[in-house]
Amino acid sequence: MTPQLAVFFVLAALAVAGAISLILQKHPIHSALSLIVVMVALAGLYLLLGAEFVAAVQIIVYGGAIMVLFVFVIMLLNAGVEEHTSISKMAGGPGLLLVVALGGFIAATIARSSESVQAAEQTGTLSSTRGISSMIFKDFVYPFELTSFLILVAILGATVLAQREKS
Amino acid sequence: MTSFLSANAELIITIVKIALLLFIVLTANAYLTWFERKVVAHIQSRWGPHRVGPHGLLQPLADGAKFLFKEDPTPAGVDKFVYHLAPLLALTLALTAIAIIPFGPNPIRLFGHDIYLGIASPDLNIGILALFAITALGVYGVALAGWSSNSKYPLMGGLRSSAQMISYELALTMSVVGVLLMAGTFNLRDIIKAQAGPGIFGWPGIFGWNIWPQLLGFFCFFVAAIAETNRAPFDLPEAEQELVAGFNTEYASFKFAMFFIAEYTSMITVSCLCSIMFFGGWLSPFPDTWTFTHYLPSAILIAFGLWVIWDGIRYETILGRIMLPGLGTAIAGLGAVFVLFPGVNEFIQGPFWLLSKIFIFLFVYVWMRGTLPRFRYDQLMAFGWKLLLPASIVNVITTSFVILKWGAK
Amino acid sequence: MVPTNYYIILSAILFGLGVFAFIFKRNIITIFMSIELMLNAVNLAFVAFSQALGKLDGQVFVLFVIVVAAAEAAVGLGIIILIARNRQSLNVERVDLLKL
Repeated sequence: MTPQLAVFFVLAALAVAGAISLILQKHPIHSALSLIVVMVALAGLYLLLGAEFVAAVQIIVYGGAIMVLFVFVIMLLNAGVEEHTSISKMAGGPGLLLVVALGGFIAATIARSSESVQAAEQTGTLSSTRGISSMIFKDFVYPFELTSFLILVAILGATVLAQREKS
Repeated sequence: MTSFLSANAELIITIVKIALLLFIVLTANAYLTWFERKVVAHIQSRWGPHRVGPHGLLQPLADGAKFLFKEDPTPAGVDKFVYHLAPLLALTLALTAIAIIPFGPNPIRLFGHDIYLGIASPDLNIGILALFAITALGVYGVALAGWSSNSKYPLMGGLRSSAQMISYELALTMSVVGVLLMAGTFNLRDIIKAQAGPGIFGWPGIFGWNIWPQLLGFFCFFVAAIAETNRAPFDLPEAEQELVAGFNTEYASFKFAMFFIAEYTSMITVSCLCSIMFFGGWLSPFPDTWTFTHYLPSAILIAFGLWVIWDGIRYETILGRIMLPGLGTAIAGLGAVFVLFPGVNEFIQGPFWLLSKIFIFLFVYVWMRGTLPRFRYDQLMAFGWKLLLPASIVNVITTSFVILKWGAK
Repeated sequence: MVPTNYYIILSAILFGLGVFAFIFKRNIITIFMSIELMLNAVNLAFVAFSQALGKLDGQVFVLFVIVVAAAEAAVGLGIIILIARNRQSLNVERVDLLKL
């Protein structure tokens, strides 16, 4: 059991525990906190994979901005403990079966593949940040500019949606 | 036993470093509160803590004892898990940020292992980005504290405070991009190394620091950092006259102390960052050829120690007459040790300059608190979005234009 | 090194849990959070394959996915606030008729 494998199992257990807690908690703020735990665990896994820039961006953007947005909305809307009606309880059983089937199918496919993808050595000689930035600005420059446009559209949309009705 | 030690040497060294740094940071926090109270008091023409020990030097101990023994009630109707989690989160994040800062250039060689000053290993390639990640998570401590207290003043204070922190976080990260463009790396040690060469007009020493080409960036960063740490003049969310005490109204004794420590620790972190990124970190302001300036730290320490002894001999209380000369002798002795051992003197140069710069920034922080009036909340948000963010973006554009034209100046 | 299969299996588990949360939970905000969980699982698969193949394309795609998730979260939460204002409830079963 190399140290890396041990760290992987710890972080993976943390991520799965956070996801299960997301499902089992009754109050949305607790679900939000569990999701933050999942994201931090995933950032740790990205660090283990050598993707340091992506790990930092994950925490800054996902954990520090998107989830803060969620937490704000939960606070502002005063979301309370959610109730479960009969429909949702009915959907729980088949849902669980579906998920187990899906997960089992994917896992079996991977386990049975003869040429499983083995982990390569560290990605090239460029550090992660330099490599990603040179790719963004050379090969992927059009999608990059489109994403900035997308963010602008999202900001405008959110501003329009949040306006009070002019009555 | 020794084989166990040598096999896990890195781990043990790191654990010892963490324990030592934790102790130093917590003591520094305590005496930072003393320093703040004294300086603000003197600005306001009064004395500040004066009775508890000579010059009020034992006041932090009294405060600590008070925090430990005060009753710690939990209000009714709070969300228990989140209520107890919030101060813990704030404190943990604030203390984790200190781990990334390097305190000195040269490692100590001990038992054949290189021990670097600063917990993160010497090549943390995303140094500054990791610090921003930790700062980004710091919003949660405030927001969750405000919400879980089940009362309207903390809720308002928490929401306002977290909105303020998010807004100024953008300006904070953008204002640093100029420095990163010039240094070409996120690594804090390399940023300091990039300031070591000859600077503006080819003059060495202080002119190599990043403050000259990045003046606008520095001001944006410093103002955004003060807003980020919720300090005056941006401390409306926790001001007494406005919102009782903002998001920490419902927290008593030890949990309040945790928020307090988190705030002062983030002050220290921001001061470290300012000195590292804009003021040359552990570089001396004098050029390297002036080797006689290497005796400056010991000279300052000996002079300060002698002054403390002289002040202590004629002090009013008997405790003062014993404590202060003892303290002064210790300080002067430390300075003498540096003079006598040249090896130690070379080693101590870097940390001495870094610590003095940190001290100057902390003084500026406290000075601003004692002098400036508060921003109103809408003024604060307008300032952050309409003035600071465009200014930092202009800084980035100008810096990148200059670098494209003339190379990393 | 940790074999890439482990990362993919973890990603599949997280994705499955996200799907289950999407079906089972009744609060709109929690359903939205399960979408974010699914996106995160996919990100993990991207980064794992990026490391396995030795190229950085996967990490660039992760950045794009994060940006798209941010934009989607902003607009989606705006819509959720409007729904909560109009129906006075965050239960997704109360929002199943076009008429108020």
